[in-house]
Amino acid sequence: MSKALLEVSGLCMRFGGLLAVNNVSLSVHEKEIVSVIGPNGAGKTTVFNCISGFYAPTQGTILFDGEEVQGMKGHKISRKGMVRTFQHVRLFKEMTVIENLLVAQHRQLNTNLLAGFFKTPSYRRAEREAMERAAYWLKKVNLLEFANREAGNLAYGQQRRLEIARCMVTQPRLLMLDEPAAGLNPNETKELDELICYLRDEHDVSVLLIEHDMSLVMGISDSIVVINQGTPLASGTPAEIRDNPDVIKAYLGEA
Amino acid sequence: MKSTFYSALFAAVVTLILTCLMLGVNLKTEGIALTVSMASEGTWSMIIGAVLAVFLFQLFREKLADMINLPSLPSADHFIPEGKKGEKLKQLAISFVIAGMIIWPFFASRGAVDLATLTLIYIMLGLGLNIVVGLAGLLDLGYVAFYAVGAYTYALLSLYYDVSFWVALPICGALAALFGFLLGFPVLRLRGDYLAIVTLGFGEIIRILLNNWTEVTGGPNGISRIPKPDLFGLEFSRRASEGATTFHDFMGISYNSSHKVIFLYLLAVLLVIVTIYVINRLTRMPIGRAWEALREDDIACRSLGLNPTVIKLTAFTMGASFAGFAGCFFASRQGFISPESFVFIESAIILAIVVLGGMGSQLGVILAAIVLTVLPELAREFQEYRMLMFGLLMVFMMAWRPQGLVPMKRPHLELKTNE
Repeated sequence: MSKALLEVSGLCMRFGGLLAVNNVSLSVHEKEIVSVIGPNGAGKTTVFNCISGFYAPTQGTILFDGEEVQGMKGHKISRKGMVRTFQHVRLFKEMTVIENLLVAQHRQLNTNLLAGFFKTPSYRRAEREAMERAAYWLKKVNLLEFANREAGNLAYGQQRRLEIARCMVTQPRLLMLDEPAAGLNPNETKELDELICYLRDEHDVSVLLIEHDMSLVMGISDSIVVINQGTPLASGTPAEIRDNPDVIKAYLGEA
Repeated sequence: MKSTFYSALFAAVVTLILTCLMLGVNLKTEGIALTVSMASEGTWSMIIGAVLAVFLFQLFREKLADMINLPSLPSADHFIPEGKKGEKLKQLAISFVIAGMIIWPFFASRGAVDLATLTLIYIMLGLGLNIVVGLAGLLDLGYVAFYAVGAYTYALLSLYYDVSFWVALPICGALAALFGFLLGFPVLRLRGDYLAIVTLGFGEIIRILLNNWTEVTGGPNGISRIPKPDLFGLEFSRRASEGATTFHDFMGISYNSSHKVIFLYLLAVLLVIVTIYVINRLTRMPIGRAWEALREDDIACRSLGLNPTVIKLTAFTMGASFAGFAGCFFASRQGFISPESFVFIESAIILAIVVLGGMGSQLGVILAAIVLTVLPELAREFQEYRMLMFGLLMVFMMAWRPQGLVPMKRPHLELKTNE
């Protein structure tokens, strides 16, 4: 096994009297797809928010590529190569598809004001590369023909794909997807499945996934972490999770 | 071949209509009545001859062109505004507008030029606020404070240190930008209504400070005799001050007070053009896109590695600097400023310009600034109903066209794919 890219241990998140996340640990290795599952309100998204820097966790350590990142600001964490999507689509709706992808590459672009005014060669080169990268990813997610359409006018499935493309142009090492299949039809879910596998195989990204669609989760995950009411319930390979009596109980209630 | 026939026919019909109107019928006054009479037969046969000539020429133009090496006609798609072709057309239109704006004051009345100068100041203010409100989506109700900072900076610098307009201009911009930056800090965590209230308070603080700091700013009495800008050291006054030359002496023409008005107008045109150019470029640069992304979704911004703090601060700073330039120009044009010029209603009008024009849209803001400054002047005959009409207009505009006069258009970006 290669070394862990993301190592979360003993993660706790407390909101006043509510312990939303209690002692969750998980690890994601290079080129691995890890899923976090659990009933609604189990604290999956809170775990995500802690890892991606939107919340400062109350306790625990988060190591990304060997570096402690807990409590760091969200934009700093994402610059390290850990990019996330959201449960609800969060596109820049009034901007065009291509602009969405250019904004995401802000860090790679030459943001020097003077360079921009005088269109220095390095500025032009950075802009051109950004456009090429954007075009590449638009083609990958089948949105090339919509490049100049406003993002808010795309169909829901397309918006979901654009969100993933927008993450990918930042050239992340870990992609965190929060319920990417929510609201997609079976066909679209299948395409998403293929896309995620493609990202791992061809672009060497690791994926941390929150998902309710069990067929998707079981099909693509290398390992699964189950959370129930903020506490870790089980973790293991899809086959182990499928047969775990505790998991079945949590999902289906007491037999 | 068919299309040449149709275009030839069309050209012939156009010729017929035009010549009939201009030559075929004559208007004559008989007593007090106007009568229409047909032209003589000779004229008519000439008209028919001309129509035929046009028709035949258009029909065989291609062949003729081949024979005598005429340049061939541009095909219709040259005129379709798309991509670079549209860009060319746009450049042409812009240069015509600029040329028109430069020539116009020499033929217009003094009052009209003066009003146009005021309009240009509002255009600058509108464009500056557009960065903050339209692009970055930060509702700023105290924008006039930066305008005041710019105006007072120049007024005080010229009063105490005898600094000339051209030296003061960048200082005013920089100082207003600094104030924008300072305002940015406390409001970083705020958004929407809360932000609006804090900026409103900030605007009032600046005004009240200017009003009460009598030793420095002269308080409610304001500052008068602020020098006008000069043109490379040439003054636009009747008599030159010590060691200076006046414009009319230098040019060897007699003194005319409208020279000054026209000069101020042209200076305002220059400032506005620079503003438009700079902001236009900013919106196409990463920082401009980041402003808009921040307006759309600041959480998504963070998740993509954009620092919302920096983006907000640049928006405030940049927006404020343009108000600083406008303020500096305003002070020098008026020659007198007092806190009265920087009350809340000014902020409201500038905001109305941005909203009415269409958030984020430069053309919209320019049009709205023209409407909102020229309309009250045109409606003077309605006297006290003037402001009522003004308010009504705004209410109806927002009800019928909430997106503004000219909604912002997204830039169309060409993608090159390697296929």
